[in-house]
Amino acid sequence: MPVNIKQLAQEFDKKEIGITQGHRLCPGCGAPITVKFVMMIARHLGYEPVVGLATGCLEVSTTIYPYTAWSVPYIHNAFENVAATMSGVETAYRALKNKGKIPEDKKYAFIAFGGDGGTYDIGLQSLSGKIERGHKVLYVLYDNEGYMNTGNQRSSSTPPGSDTTTAPVGKKLPGKVQLKKNIVEIVAAHENVYAATAALSEPMDFFAKVEKALNFDGPSFLAVFSPCVRFWRVNDDKTVEISKLAVETKYWPLYEVERGVYRVTRKPRQFKPVEEFLKAQGRFRRLLSRPDAKEIIDELQEYVDRRWERLLALEEVTKDKPIR
Amino acid sequence: MERVVERVAVTGAEAVANAMRQIEPDVVAAYPITPQTPIVEYFARFVADGVVRTEMIPVESEHSAMSAVVGAAAAGARAMTATSANGLALMHEIVYIAASYRLPIVMPVVNRALSGPINIHCDHSDAMAERDSGWIQLFAETNQEAYDFTILAVRLAEHPDVRLPVMVNLDGFILSHGVEPVEFYPDDLVKKFVGELKPMYPLLDTEHPVTWGPLDLYDYYFEHKRQQIEAMENVKKVFPEIAREFEETFGRRYWFVEPYKLDDAEHVMVALGSTNSTIKYVIDELREEGHKVGALKIWMFRPFPKEQLQELLNGRKSVIVLDRAVSFGAEAPLYEAVKSSLYEVAARPSLGSYVYGLGGRDIKPEHIRKAFEDAINGNLIADEQRYLGLRE
Ligand SMILES: Cc1ncc(C[n+]2csc(CCOP(=O)(O)OP(=O)(O)O)c2C)c(N)n1
Ligand code: SF4
Repeated sequence: MPVNIKQLAQEFDKKEIGITQGHRLCPGCGAPITVKFVMMIARHLGYEPVVGLATGCLEVSTTIYPYTAWSVPYIHNAFENVAATMSGVETAYRALKNKGKIPEDKKYAFIAFGGDGGTYDIGLQSLSGKIERGHKVLYVLYDNEGYMNTGNQRSSSTPPGSDTTTAPVGKKLPGKVQLKKNIVEIVAAHENVYAATAALSEPMDFFAKVEKALNFDGPSFLAVFSPCVRFWRVNDDKTVEISKLAVETKYWPLYEVERGVYRVTRKPRQFKPVEEFLKAQGRFRRLLSRPDAKEIIDELQEYVDRRWERLLALEEVTKDKPIR
Repeated sequence: MERVVERVAVTGAEAVANAMRQIEPDVVAAYPITPQTPIVEYFARFVADGVVRTEMIPVESEHSAMSAVVGAAAAGARAMTATSANGLALMHEIVYIAASYRLPIVMPVVNRALSGPINIHCDHSDAMAERDSGWIQLFAETNQEAYDFTILAVRLAEHPDVRLPVMVNLDGFILSHGVEPVEFYPDDLVKKFVGELKPMYPLLDTEHPVTWGPLDLYDYYFEHKRQQIEAMENVKKVFPEIAREFEETFGRRYWFVEPYKLDDAEHVMVALGSTNSTIKYVIDELREEGHKVGALKIWMFRPFPKEQLQELLNGRKSVIVLDRAVSFGAEAPLYEAVKSSLYEVAARPSLGSYVYGLGGRDIKPEHIRKAFEDAINGNLIADEQRYLGLRE
């Protein structure tokens, strides 16, 4: 039975989450909330988390030597290889357990955190390798839709029209022209994997998915919509609101794919136009003032509508058909 | 335990894989690249047959091989991998990280030319590209040495005063695929020699959580590099101790360098790896002709055994350095190191730099003889880089 927020809060009044206060992430950043949600559930379920991080905002802001915000074992190796690094950690655990060097009853949770750059782009190969080999590691993507640590460059997760420094909205070009890469589909296309999306505005859904992912007998992946208040140009108290809008506009559908079986976990009765999501953020301001803004918004609207329909269809056809 | 050795004719790859079998690391990451491939193939067979209780990670690239090995070693496991050339180059970023995290990883590197154009044969351009990465670098002349160094490297890497990764270099195809007699030591003797790894700050110790690889800015990074420099310096103290123990256990003596007919030698050749066998052969011939020639084989390239070179080369008439790699726009790497070592000696020899064997080009006795003749005839010009076996 999943816990509710009140129970969790009470529990963690006395217990350590694993990441403490004192990190230097921007106030309102989605990344530390993502981490806290994941770690709280892991600890609540009795796991001992061992955490790996890809280079990025979360990493540089939590471990400025000689300080660290982590009170659980933590490793950062490089930008592109958190999945491979955690493959090694998890394998070491199995090897040492087989040789009787690790207590049998210790319940580890191996968790890798990576930004969208480290996941969709440079780290994709290492992520795919980790999943294909079946390492029991939960990979948590905090998707802030750009390379934020290096100052808001485009990634393959950046949506069209978002203003970034390497694909700026200019006089000639409307910023990034390509759609966001669908990372969940890529991950779900591997065999024997659990993949899901989550949003900070839907904690119960989030918690249930972390629990499922950790208890899943194989690799798991959680894509978390993680606002970057700084480069999305929103107030630092708007993180949850923006997440909510993302879900309500179909921009960030909440679903899970368990061994090829799709399940849409939140089905809002009414949707808002995607334009509302764009208008709420400064990163689209320059796009919205362009004469061709409508075309781009329409294109995005059409895309999110079609993807939603497709998800529902997949849910229907994959029901009870765990092919992967 | 009795020292009953088994003498078998094996390739270098098989010799190294056997050392790995006897070491029985907790984790081995594997990715194929010619001419390293047979090492991981042999090892995979040991795993498949249940001969070793090692967990193997058949990664999707060398970059992930080194990344996984870093993760495994940081977790507290004894971890190994092996590679060559482009594989090593692909690992490059993580090769540095492994050393700066002070992880005692052992990695056989089957030396091969770095592209481009692509070439699968032996030279030392791959190892030389990593010479400043913070890894200890050993070079084997024979399959026996490749086998021995793999075992010895475990102790060196894991020594508390060192805690640095070690590259065991062996020449591609020449050693990796060449069959030579090798004395395999008994399994129990090797196991006893390497002992158990005592991990430092392992990730799996959740009672004592540690943050590995933090952001290390200008206020501490420099000091951490200094500690790494010290660790490398400590190798000079620790290596002879471990080598002595190795000799007591297995009966073979290793040191930073190996002198060959050096006592009265006026002209000394310095080289790395398998070419030393050919050099020794030529020295024997020249000695018969009455020439006072000798060799100084470099077993350990990093840390560079400067003191030993100074002691052994001071006062010689000439020193001829053979490099199987180049440094574009600068002196060849071994030549540069030898030359700078000799700057301080009282009686500096004349120096000659010879580059040979790039991309697997044969090095023949007549080439080596030619270089010696240049020295004997007083025809060495320091800083004139010459080539052996090159069509000009
Ligand atoms: C090989 C390599 N290339 C580039 C960088 C520079 N770099 C560090 S973090 C980063 C972007 C991180 O973006 P993302 O993964 O989305 O995480 P975020 O910072 O947005 O949280 C880049 C480009 C690096 N550290 N390593
Ligand atoms: S720049 Fe963005 S992603 Fe980075 S810490 Fe600030 S809000 Fe978070």
